[in-house]
Amino acid sequence: MTFLFYLFAALALLGGMGVVVCRNPVSAAFSMILSFLGLAALFIQLDAYLVGTLQILVYAGAIMVLFLFIIMLLDVQAEEKRRFPLATFAGAGAVVTAFVILVVLVLNRGGTAGKVLPALNPSAPGASDTHRIGELLFGTYWLPVQIVGVLLLAATVGVVVLSKKELK
Amino acid sequence: MELTLNHFLLVSGLLFAIGLAGVLVRRNLLIIFMCLELMLAAANLTLVAFSRFHLVEGQPAYDAHVLLFFIITVAAAEVAVGLAIIVALFRTKETTDVTKVNTMKY
Repeated sequence: MTFLFYLFAALALLGGMGVVVCRNPVSAAFSMILSFLGLAALFIQLDAYLVGTLQILVYAGAIMVLFLFIIMLLDVQAEEKRRFPLATFAGAGAVVTAFVILVVLVLNRGGTAGKVLPALNPSAPGASDTHRIGELLFGTYWLPVQIVGVLLLAATVGVVVLSKKELK
Repeated sequence: MELTLNHFLLVSGLLFAIGLAGVLVRRNLLIIFMCLELMLAAANLTLVAFSRFHLVEGQPAYDAHVLLFFIITVAAAEVAVGLAIIVALFRTKETTDVTKVNTMKY
């Protein structure tokens, strides 16, 4: 269990680094898929089966295919080398280091963060997570589901308008 | 060693930091957009971890999973619109390099 956690966490983090480091956009996109697969494995380790599957289907499947499609459609070339941009790297390094230090400080503060993985109660009603999420989605959260539907419609219309040859 | 909430939160924080570094350092608009998605996914891990460690009647707090469902949907819509904007930008400027997109109007 712990070994698998480290394996998939390393996969997610290395994939993420690949996105930042790779010059070629196609390699970056494939690193991103790798990172999402690792992340989905972590979700499944947290007993979030539906969400892990969605992560693979929607992110690694649909969204990254869209990215690759656009990268190849636009024929984006690898970024050309430039003179070492000291200001950019120093600024970005400072911001990121500050963020990591902040995260470590917050995690070291104690509280509930050191909790070990609690065991699930197998005899709880509706033990399948898909079942429970479906009930919540179409029960308690029916209005947000409708609103998200409208959002998707608006996004579709927006994309069609943006893709027209001439904007009027 | 037992897995604790800290393990997952640290991975999530590091992944977010990597995405942040990418947004700040890279110049290709498409890759900046991908790093943005990475940050969003890292935040999702925090949500799932907290839901798993906060049991309600022996089950994870499933409201977090519902929220995650909405986040994934909104992210998909955002990617569709964002990529359409990038394509429109490429059509007028012939580039996806953010350092070359520096005028509001030509």
